Amino acid sequence: MITSYLALAAILFSIGLFGVLTKRNAVIVLFSIELMLNSVNINLVTFSKYGLVPGISGHVFTLFTITIAAAEVAVGLAILISLYRNLGSAEADQYDSMKG
Amino acid sequence: MILNGEFIAFFILSVMAIGGAVFMINATRVMHMALSLAFTFFSIAGIYLLLNAMFIAVIQILIYTGAISILMLFGIMLTKHRDEDRPAISTRHLGISFGVVFLFLGGILFVIYQTPLMGEGTAPLTVQELGTSVFKQYVIPFELASVLLLVALVGAIILAKKEEE
Repeated sequence: MITSYLALAAILFSIGLFGVLTKRNAVIVLFSIELMLNSVNINLVTFSKYGLVPGISGHVFTLFTITIAAAEVAVGLAILISLYRNLGSAEADQYDSMKG
Repeated sequence: MILNGEFIAFFILSVMAIGGAVFMINATRVMHMALSLAFTFFSIAGIYLLLNAMFIAVIQILIYTGAISILMLFGIMLTKHRDEDRPAISTRHLGISFGVVFLFLGGILFVIYQTPLMGEGTAPLTVQELGTSVFKQYVIPFELASVLLLVALVGAIILAKKEEE
């Protein structure tokens, strides 16, 4: 059963990676990064149940990852809105300067 | 593989999750992409339930399908999202990206299915154990996380604030 969960996480991670590499809209790029973080969380929780050394650490790490992801998405979106205000575009390939 | 309840539920949930993600890749409107990813996050909460992680599942629904999806919808609406989805990245870029991701996935799946990972599965962990662990063993990272959230809050406000001139 563990291999099925790990395979699901790998597939979701790859889809997220593909989204990061190919999508133009910067919001969707951020969202794809969230998908990748989520698949990592699936791995952590899976090993916490089915791993060779099962325990509670996986759950705790998942909680911390979710916290960091929430902070990251808030800051990322703020940067995005500031960039949009300066450059007038929400597409990631238009962003070639961080100066205002 | 034995066809028990866990396997059937896992199958349905993983089809939902992967379906939502693939729909995100294929959709043309930005709003559809965001909603299908929210659906994927919801299915992942079901996966956590299957893995006996009740608390994580509830947190997943609260944070991801609740907060982050709505935050993303705000982000989409505050930026320009109507101008038609130029499908514009070149075919070469698309092909190279697909090749790289495909090789990556192939490698990972090969390793997963080659490695002998035979865990038995444990009894469900209670929320009480989780709380004890977080507040005893991991109390320093917990406090650091709270400081980080505060910094992110202030930073986000300062970054998104209009500069007054």
